[in-house]
Amino acid sequence: MMNFPTHRALKVWKRNFLVYLTHYRPSLVGNIGEPLLYLFAMGYGIGGYLQTMNGMSYTQYIAPGLMVTSAMYSSVFECTFGSYTRMTVQRTYESVISTPVSLADVVLGEILWGTTKALISSSVMALVMMGFGLYTPGAGSLGLFITIAMTGFLFSSAAICFSAVAPSYEFFNYFFTLFIAPMFFLSGVFFPLDNFHEAVRWASLAMPATHSVNLARWFFHGEGGAGLLHSGLFLVAVGTGLAVLATRLVRKRIVI
Amino acid sequence: MAAFALLCKCTRTPRRAALSNVSLGMGRPVIVEGRNVVKRYGSLLAVNDVDFSILDGEGFGFLGPNGAGKTSVMRMIQRLSPLTSGSIVVDGKTAGVDDRNIKSILGVAPQDESLDDDLTVLQNLTVYADYFGIPSKSALDKAESLLNFFELNAKRDEKIRSLSGGMRRRLLIARALVNDPKILILDEPTTGLDPQARMVIWEKLESLHRQGVTLILTTHYMEEAARLCGRVAIMDMGKIIALGHPATLVEERLGSVAAELHTDEEMADTAGKAMKDLGVTFEKTGSRYLIFHPPDTALEKLKQLGTVTVRRPTLEDLFIHLTGRGLAGGG
Repeated sequence: MMNFPTHRALKVWKRNFLVYLTHYRPSLVGNIGEPLLYLFAMGYGIGGYLQTMNGMSYTQYIAPGLMVTSAMYSSVFECTFGSYTRMTVQRTYESVISTPVSLADVVLGEILWGTTKALISSSVMALVMMGFGLYTPGAGSLGLFITIAMTGFLFSSAAICFSAVAPSYEFFNYFFTLFIAPMFFLSGVFFPLDNFHEAVRWASLAMPATHSVNLARWFFHGEGGAGLLHSGLFLVAVGTGLAVLATRLVRKRIVI
Repeated sequence: MAAFALLCKCTRTPRRAALSNVSLGMGRPVIVEGRNVVKRYGSLLAVNDVDFSILDGEGFGFLGPNGAGKTSVMRMIQRLSPLTSGSIVVDGKTAGVDDRNIKSILGVAPQDESLDDDLTVLQNLTVYADYFGIPSKSALDKAESLLNFFELNAKRDEKIRSLSGGMRRRLLIARALVNDPKILILDEPTTGLDPQARMVIWEKLESLHRQGVTLILTTHYMEEAARLCGRVAIMDMGKIIALGHPATLVEERLGSVAAELHTDEEMADTAGKAMKDLGVTFEKTGSRYLIFHPPDTALEKLKQLGTVTVRRPTLEDLFIHLTGRGLAGGG
């Protein structure tokens, strides 16, 4: 049986990239608009009322978290609405697996594409932040983008798991309101969780986004990180586990 | 010991191929062979212990009503669906073991249109060729010759949604040909098309068939089966209930004459009773009676009960004869 993905996953990635090229402009406008909105609303809006956080401006404090949550949202949108459409309505998966490209290749290709979307969106955000003097590329940049890639991989895999069991588009409301939105607010992007009740801190540590933010903040500012190795291992292990699960769930849905 | 094993391996394949030739009494080798094929979806038995041998270069049709199991058989040959039990061998490769190699020699035009809506007509072919690992230059050449062959060149840069139903179906078949498949699998290739679009597709398929491509198709249309298939397997409730050349099959089972009797509602029961008394074989479908092997004497009497039409029996008649139900009906 063809259970392990091969290099053919890249053909699936290529197909999605080709489609992206036909509508990258509106997609990029979204990528630029979103960080600007957050920077103004949260950074300058709320930050205007705050003193410094950990010795930096509030805008600087939230910048690395915004970068990885933007990666999270990008990959999750791509691998819920996008992948679900290809999996069901358009029957793209079925026609691809009628060729030597296997289902494991398809799922890995989709995850890698979701990861790419995360990298695109975070790169645009980095450029916008550079324009505002909030970010200076340096020694940590490679680590930062590896963190973003791991984040994209993990959330793409999680989103495909959800798409594989979703009966309709409405089902994604659960995913966004029960998982993604809490992660956005409770992963330490906007405020440190140190002063919260222990239960909240434990819940937060179980959230992948917390570890992404933790790593990103370190690579972004070169300070603040604790348990970096733990966070890195968490992202790799959970990401890989979810990718394997995604393949199983999609197989269960498509191959009957 | 190793030499012995090698010897066995060498002699096994040719002997098997030869055996199949002899058993079918034809000169061609078997290209798709199914043995004791079973497909179960939960408690539903969709394919019930079916055997089939499809010959290299022939046109082979699976006929039957919706739910008869023909699409399930096709999906198992295509390696989209695992077998519950039994075995399928395609071009010497075992299903479930060598799926990637099986898929590389198949061209598939599925029943549900699965063209890539996000891509243009040309990209649908080149991207699909990439899935087969065909280098981009040869993929483009192949795509262009296919667009010419299927008369789609004028639409090459259009999106799929701007194509007519007939054009989509042609593109679907064109896409199935990008890898020069040995076997072309078509699930109801012309269902839902107008007669003209259907004719165009039949001509293209006949031309491919002449070039030696094996055609395996499912269809509801008897005319389609008659034109494209050297042999048909009629399926019902997961079983193959008849197998052979379409016209010969009909001739053998139903002779050369069948009759239809149309009656009024109130005459229906009387007519049924009268036919039983006459001792003729018949089936009732809707408001008409289909009479098999009608003797001339019986025809004279039946004319008093309603309108009688005498014609050549068709594959559809044969199906009704075998199952007591029509082909188009669900089941």
